[in-house]
Amino acid sequence: MKEVKFKIDGRECTALKGQNLIEAAKANGIFIPTLCYFKHLNPLGSCRICTVKNNGRPIAGCTLTIDEGMDIEVNSAELLDLRKAILEMMFVEGNHFCPSCEKSGDCEMQNLGYETGIRYARFPHLFVDRVVDARPERIVVNQNRCIKCKRCIEEIETNDGHKVFNFTNRGNQTMVSVDYEQEAKLSEQQAEHAMRICPTGSILVKGKSFGKPFGDRQYDFAKADTNIPLTDLKKHIKKDKKKKRVATTSLAGCFGCHMSMLDIDLGLFDLVDIVEFDKSPLTDFKKFDERCDIGLIEGGCCNTDNIEVLRKFRKHCDILISVGECAIWGGVPAIRNTLPLEDCLKEAYLDSLTSEENETVIPNHEDIPKILDKVYCNHEVVKIDYHIPGCPPNANHIWNVVKNILFEEDYSITYPEFKYD
Amino acid sequence: MIPNNHITQRTNLVNVLWDIQKKRRFINKDDIAKIANEFDISKTELEGIISFYHFFHFKDAGKYTIYLNCSTISKLHNYHEVKKAFEDELGIKMGNTTKDKMFGLFKTSCIGLSDQETAALINYYPFTNLTAEKARTVVSKIREGQSLQSICDFPKDNIQYKPKDEKKTIFFKPFKMGEGLEQLKDLSPEDVIKMVEDSKLSGRGGAFFPTGVKWKFCRNNASDQKYIICNADEGEPGTFKDRVLLNTYPELLIEGMAIAGYAVGATEGYIYLRAEYKYLKDRIDNAIEKFKNAKLLGKEILGIENFNFNVKVFMGAGAYVCGEETALIASMEGKRGEPTTKEYFPVEKGYLGKPTVVNNVETLCAVPRILEIGLKNYLSIGTESTPGTKLLSVSGDCTKPGVYEIEWGMKLRDFLSLIGAKDPHMILFNGFAGECLSMVDFDREISGENLLSEQIQFQFKDPIEYAYKMSGVGLRSGGSFMVFNKSRSIISILKNVTDFFVAESCGICVPCRTGNFLLSRKIDKIKLGHGNKADMEEIQEWSHIIKQSSRCGLGKTSTNCLLTAMLKFPEEFEKLTQNESNFNGSFNINKATHNYDTIIQEIESTYD
Ligand SMILES: Cc1cc2nc3c(=O)[nH]c(=O)nc-3n(C[C@H](O)[C@H](O)[C@H](O)COP(=O)(O)O)c2cc1C
Ligand code: SF4
Ligand code: SF4
Ligand code: SF4
Ligand code: FES
Repeated sequence: MKEVKFKIDGRECTALKGQNLIEAAKANGIFIPTLCYFKHLNPLGSCRICTVKNNGRPIAGCTLTIDEGMDIEVNSAELLDLRKAILEMMFVEGNHFCPSCEKSGDCEMQNLGYETGIRYARFPHLFVDRVVDARPERIVVNQNRCIKCKRCIEEIETNDGHKVFNFTNRGNQTMVSVDYEQEAKLSEQQAEHAMRICPTGSILVKGKSFGKPFGDRQYDFAKADTNIPLTDLKKHIKKDKKKKRVATTSLAGCFGCHMSMLDIDLGLFDLVDIVEFDKSPLTDFKKFDERCDIGLIEGGCCNTDNIEVLRKFRKHCDILISVGECAIWGGVPAIRNTLPLEDCLKEAYLDSLTSEENETVIPNHEDIPKILDKVYCNHEVVKIDYHIPGCPPNANHIWNVVKNILFEEDYSITYPEFKYD
Repeated sequence: MIPNNHITQRTNLVNVLWDIQKKRRFINKDDIAKIANEFDISKTELEGIISFYHFFHFKDAGKYTIYLNCSTISKLHNYHEVKKAFEDELGIKMGNTTKDKMFGLFKTSCIGLSDQETAALINYYPFTNLTAEKARTVVSKIREGQSLQSICDFPKDNIQYKPKDEKKTIFFKPFKMGEGLEQLKDLSPEDVIKMVEDSKLSGRGGAFFPTGVKWKFCRNNASDQKYIICNADEGEPGTFKDRVLLNTYPELLIEGMAIAGYAVGATEGYIYLRAEYKYLKDRIDNAIEKFKNAKLLGKEILGIENFNFNVKVFMGAGAYVCGEETALIASMEGKRGEPTTKEYFPVEKGYLGKPTVVNNVETLCAVPRILEIGLKNYLSIGTESTPGTKLLSVSGDCTKPGVYEIEWGMKLRDFLSLIGAKDPHMILFNGFAGECLSMVDFDREISGENLLSEQIQFQFKDPIEYAYKMSGVGLRSGGSFMVFNKSRSIISILKNVTDFFVAESCGICVPCRTGNFLLSRKIDKIKLGHGNKADMEEIQEWSHIIKQSSRCGLGKTSTNCLLTAMLKFPEEFEKLTQNESNFNGSFNINKATHNYDTIIQEIESTYD
């Protein structure tokens, strides 16, 4: 085959004519993210993560073959954001609770989330009730995590040439269905192969776990003390000036974010020189004394009390920040969002393992807050000015953001410092 | 009994499913097992195919299955009262079947009868201009045992206009079978292709790919077998010109297909007819029969050496996306109608992997006429870039809905008065995948002159810049023309548009599958008056994301109307949006606690 010249982001590259763009880019030292693209399979072109521009026209990179003089755009600001948006859309479409997912740490989708630097999804999470199908012989298909990449459909066949997986329905009802009869014919190796090629934690093999439960993402190696130092706090100490006021609260969260805030240890001493705490579990003040500069909210809203507190915070704080995944989109408490409230209450109070028949009730009294139909994220209820992602976010990270906002400093956090799972 | 030409067998799958659907009114588990076995595919694979199509059911759809058009033009007329009448009369809600399995009532996207809405199909027999009263009468007549054949309304053609001068008319004038074919005796395939190329005929299905170039590519791809497929899926809401062509001049189409076959060296032709047009199938089959009897189809047509050609009709099963040519081919091959990644064009690897030309009905009908009147005469009609005439399907707020054959180059303003548009405010031009036009566009001409690239056309943020830059740009029409006056709610129309794409997305790629759904929810928010400026900006941003990253034309065009409506009717949106506030208007605590209150009430009442 002929060697040809083409350009990626203005850089001269060479490749064999007809070579796949993803491979050609890699050979020239340029990484194009992919999710559905898979070795020997014909390009599936289903995930759209690899979207690039060819002579100004957007196209899935994995479906492009190199030709002389092509002018490819890969890493423009617009395309980087586009890829991020596509990935965010996959996150809101499914139900990805990474902290409770078997694949976490070794998941191609999660890796890409880190890679593209997703902070939070610009789209609302849809929380559609999806099936976890454990009926097959060897495998379990967890539809919550399927991104419909089609890899399993194209790749997994029985020895006599039948498809084990296929799409059923169409549009936003599309799902990957398993053929039980065919699945039963799979050997253990074939089933494990299915689990391995799935870029998410959607296909699992019963009784198997992943070889690499924790991966090698950058934050796994980042040491806490080299993270982001809180060194220059002192320069903000001004005797004549009023200290900045901060309030914090934990709504439907696990208090993990607050624990994380305390993690700055000795840094706290420096911090109290420049800020004063108002209402907060850290001070145990129950009411607002004065107007605050910043309110930090952990957790989303699962009951009427959360709503009331959140609204109070909005009223009393100039700037409101959602801290952590639960505050930003619901997080772990929002696992219930895919189910009717009635089922949740029954499961929790009437049918749980520890409740005896007819002995327990669903609690209700005018003094206890009402449970909302779903867990709302904070910006669905009030205006939120900033989001600090992470589950939980790292302590220095939180305070650096706060400091930056309070004192209007320039500041940036790179993706290895985030952790969502 | 697995034949080794396995793949050819598969092409019969949709037919087999149709037979069962018609006979039993649904496809049950046993059928699935039997068919899967017969075609040697897994049951899930088969279910994937069945569930892809709107008109195949897993549950009994009733001895009489009613599909009521829920598209925006139907809603402009009597949709709501007709729906209610059907529901009341049958005692069921939309989407259900009566207990006795006599009737099923379902909604469906545009059925190509926009000029006589509100319309419904009952077992694929058309019923037009429905009112509540008529709906009730229809039901009672069916109950009395009258045949659908006898009580249905065969759709009128409503040909409202053609150029005064018959010399300038291309489509709607008498046609003599075989006249175009006769000329092939003196023309080589290359001559035909050259002529089509020189005529600048371009795809009337809406993509406007030059037809001659397409044919040339196909001709140049050597193969033992090639195919001509006529795309009669006409799914674009508001379009019905192909319906009228198929009903009035099916001979013209068949002749066009045979000429195409001669030009590219194909011997088999298929007409992919949308299920909604099943009532036209006999008409087309008869025309094919006539050609066969006249020896204008078959072997050695007109004694021309190696000119063999046959035409068959293939019935679709209800999926807009199957109008996309690669999805259409997949559908014919007995697969889910998913568009491919376009690594190969159909002219390289099409139907059954062979070079294939897919052309729209109108495109193919134009070809015999070009041969008939001669290239020179053809080029004298219309404009420089778009010679000839164009069929437009007109519906909405106007006195004369129907099909118009106009010479390319007519001013939009003149066209509006021609159709009797009363006080036009917004036009959905080219269907739901097209764009919104407003007053600023009225002085543009309907033609393919001075076109700008897609990218530019949908990037305008400023209405004044738009008006300035677009004033000299032609409006290239695919065929759908829906006009609305000031009393119509633009946001409701846009909601209908977006929901159409949500329902019709094939589901392969996330921007289209979920992006359109997210947009639909956003529009709801705006409709309810809970939106603010940030929501408007998000709609624009999300629309661009969907447009840029979708895999096929469906997703790439699904937000065109939304984007252009926001550009041209900002006041319609502003009047619905609120100022930014610290407290979100869309969050309603009573609604959020409603479930809990009812659960607790139920519990309390059991204590009493
Ligand atoms: C979503 C989608 C739907 C389409 N529907 C139709 C259709 O109903 N009829 C049609 O002729 N072309 C339709 N097209 C265009 C076809 O893909 C193809 O371009 C056309 O059939 C080619 O014929 P032409 O060149 O004669 O227009 C559709 C395209 C897309 C992306
Ligand atoms: S680890 Fe991967 S599959 Fe599992 S929830 Fe996270 S993103 Fe989804
Ligand atoms: S199950 Fe896994 S491999 Fe299959 S489509 Fe879903 S994400 Fe892709
Ligand atoms: S854009 Fe829509 S219709 Fe086209 S391939 Fe993607 S999901 Fe399917
Ligand atoms: S990797 Fe290219 S579309 Fe998925």
